[in-house]
Amino acid sequence: MTNPDMFDYPDLNSARIRDEKINTLMTAATGAATLLAVVSVVAFLGFIVLLGGAWLAEEQALSATVGQQHSSNFELLLFGGRELASSGGVLPAIVGTVVLTLLMAVIVAPLGIVVALYLTEYSGGGWPTQLLRIGVQNLAAIPSIIYGVFGLAFFVYVIGGRIDELFYASNLPTPTFGTPGLLWASLTLALLTLPTVIVATEEGLLRIPSSLREGSRALGATRVETIFRVVLPAAAPSILTGIILAVARAAGEVAPLMLVGVVRYAPTLPVSIEAPFLQLEQKFMHLGFYVYDLTMHAPGSEGRVGIVAAASLLLVSVIVSLNIVALLLRVRLRRTYVQSGV
Amino acid sequence: MDHREALIAASNNRANLNYVAPGIEVQGLSLTYPDEPNALIDINLSIPGGEVTAVIGPSGCGKSTLLRCFNRMNDMLEGCQYSGSITLGDLNILDPMTDVTLLRRRVGMVFQQPNPFPMSIYDNVAYGPRIGGLRRRRDLDEVVENALRLAALWDEVKGQLGKNATVLSLGQQQRLVIARAIAVQPEVLLMDEPASSLDPISTLRIEELIYELKQSYTIVIVTHNMQQAARVSDRTAFLNQGQVVEYDATDKIFTNPSQRATEDYITGRYG
Repeated sequence: MTNPDMFDYPDLNSARIRDEKINTLMTAATGAATLLAVVSVVAFLGFIVLLGGAWLAEEQALSATVGQQHSSNFELLLFGGRELASSGGVLPAIVGTVVLTLLMAVIVAPLGIVVALYLTEYSGGGWPTQLLRIGVQNLAAIPSIIYGVFGLAFFVYVIGGRIDELFYASNLPTPTFGTPGLLWASLTLALLTLPTVIVATEEGLLRIPSSLREGSRALGATRVETIFRVVLPAAAPSILTGIILAVARAAGEVAPLMLVGVVRYAPTLPVSIEAPFLQLEQKFMHLGFYVYDLTMHAPGSEGRVGIVAAASLLLVSVIVSLNIVALLLRVRLRRTYVQSGV
Repeated sequence: MDHREALIAASNNRANLNYVAPGIEVQGLSLTYPDEPNALIDINLSIPGGEVTAVIGPSGCGKSTLLRCFNRMNDMLEGCQYSGSITLGDLNILDPMTDVTLLRRRVGMVFQQPNPFPMSIYDNVAYGPRIGGLRRRRDLDEVVENALRLAALWDEVKGQLGKNATVLSLGQQQRLVIARAIAVQPEVLLMDEPASSLDPISTLRIEELIYELKQSYTIVIVTHNMQQAARVSDRTAFLNQGQVVEYDATDKIFTNPSQRATEDYITGRYG
């Protein structure tokens, strides 16, 4: 006999079964997509590491038989093997990439932070601000080669040309700053990554609750004191995230650099141990361009993939190293200034 | 007189048994801003020094706005205009020539939500004195310890002053921001619903603290909680729609109010 007080809920039960089915399906689908992404990245890195490593090993064996003094893979990679030697090895390209990226970061960080401060703290947030904000965000969508063209036309010819006329007139018609070089390449990349830094900094600043600003003002702090002592420190992790993204993007750019300072072979490094330490007007080598150049112009077709893979391996390692440094810095900052949960 | 001397003078002053914090005189105060043309209408209040004055009233009646007049926090609102006058001792608070940063050192404020800065407990309390120019570590140590003791937080945090303030419990955070406010030796403490986000036990501790502090500070507290106003305050002002309906001794307001509206509000028939 069935108890009349007991109810059977067939619909409820089937709904639960359907829910569980959907859950299983979603878990499988998202998991599969994640697996695909992970596999692609691993395959890509593995490809570079295996091919590049194989090429290095082969190259070392070859140079040993020929009797050159290259003793380790490391040296080989830095100073060039049989094929790399023609262009002086990758060491100058690594130096060029790192110096360019650091210089870019030094230029873009203060500029981006100041613009973001203006947009969030001072502009008042009316329609001109909104317009400016949309403009900045859209700058990020402009193809990088356009930045290169602008850098060449504006930085190199207009500004560089003026500098030459004013300060280096004795050298003319040979240009000093009026020709592509390290400074112009850094400025061009800084412009390219400016939106990234502005947007990230702005998001960080907007996330700081207004109660913190009020608390500071209520203690007798001025607006500027509040910004420098409370707001900026609390937003530091976000700002650093923006700079990390900017560095990652800048270190991988090649196209605009070809117009504003990168060359296939530079006889001297843009850095030196004597003052002024940095030759801002010099042309320099760059790993990204080096990879491109090897792919297009390396002698022979057999060894081409290997040598390109070896150079790519280096480029990826340099970018990853730069990012790891920034990440460590961010972890330290996070520990100092925990984001408040207010 | 530099900031350190000022701090020492203020604490010596306070140590004097006869010291009474100055009161606040509000005369004909009206306040308008674009969204709310009648935010405050012709407010007249004589807030005695060294006592706790509670401001009660329904939401949106202007009690927080009134509180924020006393340290000119309303200045941060776009298009806000005052008329009338507020004086603290010999200081004309609403005078455009008044230096608001100096004013805010005399009139401290505690907000509804605990708002510790995301830095160490020590740096939070030392924030105001440092802004004021106090630099020597020994002076700062003393100021921080005294403020934390006064706020009844010292015993709980003395071994961990370097710890980030945001990991403290909400009740501890609220006592920390009270310590932060009193570290600059203000004469007046403004409290905007200081216990509304706290549990009953933390609330009780804040109320005890208010009772302790009123001996050396003039305290103005805005609260939604009728019992709290009755427990902690000496005088109570009932505000409605930007006007003071009634202002009297707390006992009188809660036992025998002279206005019908006040009685309706405190007995829960209104608001």
